[in-house]
Amino acid sequence: MEKLAENKIIEDLLPQKFGKQGTIWVISLIAVCALGAFAYARQLYYGLGVTALRDYVSWGIYISNFVFFVAISLVGSLITAVLRLTDVHWSTPLTRIAEIIAVSAISFAGLIIIVDMGRPDRFYNLFIHGRLQSPIIWDVIVITTYLFISLLLLYFPLLPDLKILIKYKERNGKWLQKLYEFLGSFWKNTPAQFKITDKAINILSITIIPVAFAIHTVTSWLFATTYRPGWDSTNFGAYFISGAFLVGSGGVLIAMYVFRTHYKLEKYITNDHFDKMGKVVVLLALIYLYFNVNEFLVPAFKMKKSEEEHFMGLFTGEFAMVFWFAISTAMLIPILILIFKQGRKPKAAFVAGILVVVGSWFKRYLIVTPTLLHPFLPMSDAPENYKHYFPTWEEWAIAGGSLAGALLIVTLFARIFPIIPIHETIIETESHENK
Amino acid sequence: MKNNENSRRGFLATTLVAGAALAAGCGTKNPFTPEAIEEVKPSGELVKLLSVDGEIIEVDKAFLKPVPSLPAISNDEARVGIPGKKFAMVIDLSRCKNLKKCQSACNHMHQIHPGQNWIKLNAMQDADHTAPYWQPTTCMHCDEPPCVKVCPVDATFKRKDGIVLIDSDRCVGCRFCMAACPYSTRVFNWEDPKLEPAIAEKPYNCETSMPQKIGTVGKCDFCPDMVRQGNLPHCVSACPNGVFFFGDILEDSVTNGAETFRFSELIRDKAGYRLMEDLGTKPSVYYLPPVNRNFPFENNTAEATKE
Repeated sequence: MEKLAENKIIEDLLPQKFGKQGTIWVISLIAVCALGAFAYARQLYYGLGVTALRDYVSWGIYISNFVFFVAISLVGSLITAVLRLTDVHWSTPLTRIAEIIAVSAISFAGLIIIVDMGRPDRFYNLFIHGRLQSPIIWDVIVITTYLFISLLLLYFPLLPDLKILIKYKERNGKWLQKLYEFLGSFWKNTPAQFKITDKAINILSITIIPVAFAIHTVTSWLFATTYRPGWDSTNFGAYFISGAFLVGSGGVLIAMYVFRTHYKLEKYITNDHFDKMGKVVVLLALIYLYFNVNEFLVPAFKMKKSEEEHFMGLFTGEFAMVFWFAISTAMLIPILILIFKQGRKPKAAFVAGILVVVGSWFKRYLIVTPTLLHPFLPMSDAPENYKHYFPTWEEWAIAGGSLAGALLIVTLFARIFPIIPIHETIIETESHENK
Repeated sequence: MKNNENSRRGFLATTLVAGAALAAGCGTKNPFTPEAIEEVKPSGELVKLLSVDGEIIEVDKAFLKPVPSLPAISNDEARVGIPGKKFAMVIDLSRCKNLKKCQSACNHMHQIHPGQNWIKLNAMQDADHTAPYWQPTTCMHCDEPPCVKVCPVDATFKRKDGIVLIDSDRCVGCRFCMAACPYSTRVFNWEDPKLEPAIAEKPYNCETSMPQKIGTVGKCDFCPDMVRQGNLPHCVSACPNGVFFFGDILEDSVTNGAETFRFSELIRDKAGYRLMEDLGTKPSVYYLPPVNRNFPFENNTAEATKE
């Protein structure tokens, strides 16, 4: 009886070939990436002049996209590490989803920052002339560390699954078989191996928490270490981290729904998962809302001269539409949906997840751009187009291409590897049955 | 300003180039192409030259080739600064009538991209009922420069003589310095600077900030190349109203070319101040308040902006 259950689990969870929908999805992602690559080739050739960035708004959607990627990648540490260490078991089927989101997002965070550089050909200067005093170097260090820990946290739990995958030689085909054997042929399921990986995963789970906090705190410091109105805030680290956990969890809600419906995983990603994840998102949205109140209400109460223009631009001025859109879609509406039991049903939770992620993207845009349009000294002696910012098609294409690229990595990963950990699911069912 | 090593190097360079020019005049071959260098045939005519060891040597004229014009000083020297100096600027707001001669001279001498400016003229009004005035802003050359603090590659740096410079050969174009500068003084070369070949081919030097390079940050540099030669920065000499005073705090003197003051007395008597003192950036640029003005404030271009 038990044996049968195990076979059923394996059969359900083995990676599947793309169907018609999947193929269209992958081709469209590749098309968006290709357009982004073309736009970047133009940028490399003509310089950053192809963007709408100018001397005042010198950071635009590349940087807000970077912040967005770093933010969403934090969910890996939340689901795999925080929930694992607190002995929460319901999240087991979600760990790999969260971890691959983390890996692909943090990789694209690194890429997009190179896209933003005026001289990417001098990237090596960061290593030969790097100044440890600069927050950018801190970011390079912690982001690289986070990427490697995340990769290991993805890889170690994959090892027992690779052993299962290797058995299905005919199904896999030549290339996948080679890949599985290269990655996992040394894994023999011995108790010693399990002991050593369990220990390693525990150590990594503990290490990744401070590193995760560091990547987003340091990212917030790229802004908070300057004097600019809207950035000069001691609230920034906590504000960024709470927002990051929120957007990442929103992303997990979306991925859960898509994988569940597309791969028919209703038995593994259950309504109960949406219910619990929905509650997590409500909690995180409330925490983020709290930090937003601190970030905007306190300075708005004082309305310092240097900050007045910036805050009024957000509340009622030029950016008011985007500001209230972001606040309501990233926090208010998802809270209203997910706070009700009906709202935590898969479809409603999926919609809430989309709102969170879209709202959060625009929230990052609002963190970067409006501040730069309100410098201390007036914007004098500059051409008219220096005093506004609306991204060019190249910027949209590159930012869109990077988002598509991140989705492509997640999609291809799910094609190659089981998106729900097979081995761990088997163990969990067994321990349930033995109880 | 004497610099022995400098002048010797300059002499050597001129000698070699002069020799080459002579050689080019006699021969039919163009000595500036690599092929010509490979196929040198001794002409039998010897030229006396001064070797690097200081000896007189004789070389066949045919072997002489031009030396590309060398930077006046090395990158290491440019990063240290002029020894024994601490430069400062005093801008007398009571004399400024927004002629923008400072700006056009600066733009011309540094070949700044059209539309961009290192010197900006701000129309200021501090409060509702206070008088508006013109405020030229240069780089403040802060003693606690926020831009230098954040630079990840030491491309922008503070020198011992107080000047903050940019090494465009090292800048990676991250623009963190632009975000960090509260005075919005920095500009970026978004496009390939369209320079005349004569300027574009010059060797880059942090002190001249030329030729500027695409994808790197630029800003007012206090014209250290002029200062090293004992001249005033271009904005100072271009201003017909003597708004800009430049000098050395250690010598306690500043001059606009026509008038020279004791820096300490000028700042004391005219109540000099610095911009955004509360940020703790410690600028090297001082302002004298717009009192007893030489010109009325006339602004036809833009509305006066409040600080």
